[in-house]
Amino acid sequence: MGEPLLTSLPAAAGPAVVTVAPAWAVAVVAVLGALALAAAALDGVLSARSASAGGALGAAGRPLGEASRLLRQRRRTTVQADTLLWRTGGAGLLVAAALMLAVVPLGRWTVADLAVGVVWFNAMDVMVWALVWLVGWGANSAHALVGGYRFLAHGLGYELPLMFALVAPAIAAGSLNVGAVAAAQDGLWFAAWMPVAFLVYLLGVAGFSVWGPFAPALGTDVAGGVRAELSGVDRLVLETGRYALLAAGAAFAVPMFLGGGAGPLLPDWAWTLVKTLAVLALLVWARRRLPALRPDLFMEIGWLVLLPAALVQDLLVAVVTVWRS
Amino acid sequence: MTLEAALLISAAIFSVGLYGAISQQVVVMVMMGLELMINAVILAAAACWWFLAPGPTGQVLLMVVIAAMTLEMAMGFAVAVLLHRARQTDMTDMATDLSR
Amino acid sequence: MLVDIAFVALGVVAVLSGAAVFVVDSMARATYALAVSFVAVGVQVLFLQQSYVGVVVILMMVMEMAVMAVYMVMFMGMNPALMPMSMVHSNRTAVATAVLTFLLLAAGILVVDWPARRGSPPPEVTEALGEALMGPQMLVMAVISPVMVATIVAGVVLAAPRTRYDRFGDDLRQRPPDDPQPGGVGR
Repeated sequence: MGEPLLTSLPAAAGPAVVTVAPAWAVAVVAVLGALALAAAALDGVLSARSASAGGALGAAGRPLGEASRLLRQRRRTTVQADTLLWRTGGAGLLVAAALMLAVVPLGRWTVADLAVGVVWFNAMDVMVWALVWLVGWGANSAHALVGGYRFLAHGLGYELPLMFALVAPAIAAGSLNVGAVAAAQDGLWFAAWMPVAFLVYLLGVAGFSVWGPFAPALGTDVAGGVRAELSGVDRLVLETGRYALLAAGAAFAVPMFLGGGAGPLLPDWAWTLVKTLAVLALLVWARRRLPALRPDLFMEIGWLVLLPAALVQDLLVAVVTVWRS
Repeated sequence: MTLEAALLISAAIFSVGLYGAISQQVVVMVMMGLELMINAVILAAAACWWFLAPGPTGQVLLMVVIAAMTLEMAMGFAVAVLLHRARQTDMTDMATDLSR
Repeated sequence: MLVDIAFVALGVVAVLSGAAVFVVDSMARATYALAVSFVAVGVQVLFLQQSYVGVVVILMMVMEMAVMAVYMVMFMGMNPALMPMSMVHSNRTAVATAVLTFLLLAAGILVVDWPARRGSPPPEVTEALGEALMGPQMLVMAVISPVMVATIVAGVVLAAPRTRYDRFGDDLRQRPPDDPQPGGVGR
């Protein structure tokens, strides 16, 4: 009542990061686009190499060629499609990825220095549940809906381990602010002494990007699953959204587990980008190296292996944190 | 942004939820009505906290409300599944004997 | 000023999408209209400076609605995209009750002379919540936790059609258990 509302979202008093003007959100989108493009180019190179066809340069340009092909392709329409929900689902993936990246500090600068940035990221990755299912539902096609259900089943398996993996760095830093978590890793990266949480986190990133082991939602056995009826620009939006989510997940791993912008010689923003690209490359590479996880089988793995592992990791981190303080 | 505005919005959401909870026949839709009512309670509690007594402990009430909502959902879904299996129905009218 | 307009606009979105839940004739649209209503209220809670609670409301409710949609499709057993549904009973009573409730509440809200604000918000709202839950208000958490566990157990007992005798055989010795869906860890 009395005092004016200074900001709608209170920022934590973090010394490490500076909040830049909201107009820099454009830069967030640009970085996201560049990272997504880099991931797509790397995936193109890797698939050309595994098929041992074409030069590396041509393969790296393949995503752009594919994008221009999709832009010229005609949109498919289906009978009784729920177009509103269908399009919302596809475009929402990009929005969710951009909102994830908004809380990640690039070196010292951040667009949104939320006091609860870690929970914010988590809320955005839960959005993906709804969005992917909506893409599957909207087409009014059986195969697409099967894909949507597969994704939800995967989500039930990976989401809780992912949540508890995110809890571990927050406990160690004593803060839910992303900048504070990055600043708390002075000397020793969290990835070094919480390897389980880091691995579970990476698995979760693959999960919410419908990537690699979690791709059965897009499986060829169900005619492409969620994207069965997508063509033209809609398919382009969905694929870009997946790469963008992968990129946002990789970028968020840097302040959470890999020490943020800390590193020798280079400035901190450059280190953030280098580490992000490294994690992104790892995720893209892993796509061809890991077997697909069947949703029904992964449910038990998630709840009986990953979740207890993440909880034990949290307990250890909590004990160490209390003991050190 | 005043307390009255927030509470009026909350009252409107609550009334819509009440309408749904009374009028809907399908169990899941009734639960949606209940959810809306709890949604209104969240808004009202948050507004009262901020405008009346923003003490350190007031937010605990909100956590209780959110917990109550999850419990409602979990038990609601369990009963809906049981009802569906036992009676092949999802209509409240066909389960009125549960109220006796 | 901008904040005021945004707050009221979010309120209108919350009320209208809440009403849309009972108006639209598509299960997915009804479910996600409710999700929109929750997200709008969650953002309003953010405006009221309770960032943790606001974000948690958004997180939980979107997840819950994603699951809710599955239950809707599972139980409604028809395609409302092809079949407009009107599944209401005692509609007139319900409308009257809702309108009366709103008028009563609105009258109360406008008539009551609300007291002035007591105290000021803590500098770290989320930290204050954590301190309260782990300190003076710990009893709340201590009560909620067993209730949650009891709910999980009760929910599974009510919902699961198969007992351990179905899984492990009459003498409970059958290994691996006879499950319609095999588990992933080879039990």
